[in-house]
Amino acid sequence: MRILLVEDDPEVARFVRKGLTEAGHSVEHRDNGRDGLFAAAGEPFDLLVLDRMLPGGVDGLRLVETLRGQDNRTPVLFLTALSAVDERVRGLKAGGDDYLTKPFAFAELLARVEALGRRPAAEVPATKLRVADLELDLLSRSVTRGGKRIDVQPREFRLLEHLMRHAGQVVTRTMLLEKVWDYHFDPQTNVIDVHVSRLRQKLDRGFDKPLIHTVRNAGYMIRTEDAA
Amino acid sequence: MVAEEVRRAPVTRLVDSAGFRFAVFFAGMFLLGGVAFAGIVWWNTAGGLDRQTDSAIRSDVFALTERFNEAGRAGVVEAIEFRLARDGDDQDLYRLTDPAGRLLAGNLDDTPDELDGPAPEAEPLRWLRAPLLREGLLTEARLYRADLPNGDRLLVGRDVEERLRLRQLLARGLGWATSASCLIALIGALLIRRALQARLRPAAETVTAIAQGDLSQRVPLSDREDEFDRLGRTLNAMLDRIGTLMAGIRGVSDAIAHDLRTPVARARGRLEEALEGDAEAMRRAIEQGIADLDGMIRIFHAVLRITEAEAGARRAAFTRLDLVPVLADAAELYEAIAEAHDVTLEATLPESLPMTGDRDLLLQAVANLLDNAVKFSPPGGRIRLSTEASETALRITVADEGPGLPDVDRARAGERFFRADNARTTPGYGLGLSLVRAVAGLHGGELALADAHPGREPPGLAATITLDPELAAPPASEAGTLG
Repeated sequence: MRILLVEDDPEVARFVRKGLTEAGHSVEHRDNGRDGLFAAAGEPFDLLVLDRMLPGGVDGLRLVETLRGQDNRTPVLFLTALSAVDERVRGLKAGGDDYLTKPFAFAELLARVEALGRRPAAEVPATKLRVADLELDLLSRSVTRGGKRIDVQPREFRLLEHLMRHAGQVVTRTMLLEKVWDYHFDPQTNVIDVHVSRLRQKLDRGFDKPLIHTVRNAGYMIRTEDAA
Repeated sequence: MVAEEVRRAPVTRLVDSAGFRFAVFFAGMFLLGGVAFAGIVWWNTAGGLDRQTDSAIRSDVFALTERFNEAGRAGVVEAIEFRLARDGDDQDLYRLTDPAGRLLAGNLDDTPDELDGPAPEAEPLRWLRAPLLREGLLTEARLYRADLPNGDRLLVGRDVEERLRLRQLLARGLGWATSASCLIALIGALLIRRALQARLRPAAETVTAIAQGDLSQRVPLSDREDEFDRLGRTLNAMLDRIGTLMAGIRGVSDAIAHDLRTPVARARGRLEEALEGDAEAMRRAIEQGIADLDGMIRIFHAVLRITEAEAGARRAAFTRLDLVPVLADAAELYEAIAEAHDVTLEATLPESLPMTGDRDLLLQAVANLLDNAVKFSPPGGRIRLSTEASETALRITVADEGPGLPDVDRARAGERFFRADNARTTPGYGLGLSLVRAVAGLHGGELALADAHPGREPPGLAATITLDPELAAPPASEAGTLG
């Protein structure tokens, strides 16, 4: 993916750039809002990673608003030191697609970057999602594996749907909390792990190949064993 | 601000002062009243005298003309003489002349020149005021001329010298009264200005003291319950609010100073130690360091969230919501982990509980209670999430079968970083109940802790959040900038 990073802190920028490059993306970096806006408006990017507060007269919010005003739909991930919920809502209202509060783990950033970058493809209306022999029917809201029906609760269905829409990508616990539970806080106990392991048991019972994998220090990923 | 005020010219300062403007307004109104009063008195006395004179003259003329119609010239002459003889104070003036100008009757020998020629048609022009020399004294007379049908000219008048004198007296009286009014207006204005300043000074002094950093000051109130007291009360309420906010910020600094120092020191020590170790030890230390940092970030977030809720800053984000799905979500989120701990979580919820509030915070508050309940429940225990609604309050109760909380600890639970002795071994930072308490406070309620099963051993803990379902959100200045 071609990613534009607009971040004024050189250390954060270096660290993000290095990590994203190592993950196989090409990263352009600008250190102020004005240059960032020029770059974003002038060249095609798959994703913008923006600091919320930027020097140069154009802050992250303005930058996105301007781009959206020009009908530029490039996905935007905000990085910010402002953690208040209102701030998150403001960022999303301005046209941001996701929001990550500093300080963050790089794995979290990478997972979100990849989820956002591949989002348009995943949003093509589909009635069935398939990973290996696991099939999720969005119309009848049923789950089958190897032709065998698996009973899941509504929330588990949504959890599985989210994992399958991002099959082959790491999905972090925070992302699951936000997207599946609409929960924007950090629960003190790791409640997500329990839900995932319960779902995992249901899916893998009677099958020898696990589908949901735990990615150390990051989150979960659903994929076929051989793809690893 | 203060320095600027001093630098400005004294006159501008005076004109700009509200006290001065009020005073001027008062003086203006007072004088306007005085003028109106004098005007009415003048119209009714001096003007009344003039009108009385004129109407007396007019009725004389009318009577004499009637007399002429009845008895001719001789009758008029007789009538004039009769009237002159009757007029004791020598005020009446009459003169009847034939068309050639010869005096037939009356006491007015000399006529002003304007009286020559035919009488004008217009009524006002028949009137005139003329100086008159009578018995060697110059007086003033009000005269009316009328022509009788036979061409005789009749002149009726009154000596108004007396009345003029009265008028002067009155004018002088009113003049004095006006001067006195001016003086009273001035004194009144000064008094008003002083009173205003005196009533405002305590508030101004308080605010100045606060601006200089002493937040403990409050505007002194009188017992009068007037506008100034209401203003003072409003100011004090605002100051209390600011005080709460400041205390919140101080709380964060304390928390940071007190509770982040320990993990920072621990992490630092470990990393330092790792410098001496081999590559594997260093790796482990770095991983541990990252975990330590994440823990600190978590504390930091929690403290900020609590502070936000305590300060009431989030009330701007209040919306209408149904509490039931929020509770159901929280129960659903924790149900799995309860099961993993071999604990049953039962949620008994009604159809719907409409209220005004902040969904995210309510969700987190309930989640924190459930989290605690799961943590402290023995295997096989039961947790019950239930609600109770009355006219004025919504109650959310989370009851467990855990060890409960001794009375001494209950009061302290909810203080930041407080952890009861029997909780020392469970993971946590001691911030969960602080947030619950802050969220309850934000929603106009409180957190109450009690035994879930009084008399049983263990008693269990019942945590009840009371909420005011109709707490109105204040007009949100922040919300305006969102759109």
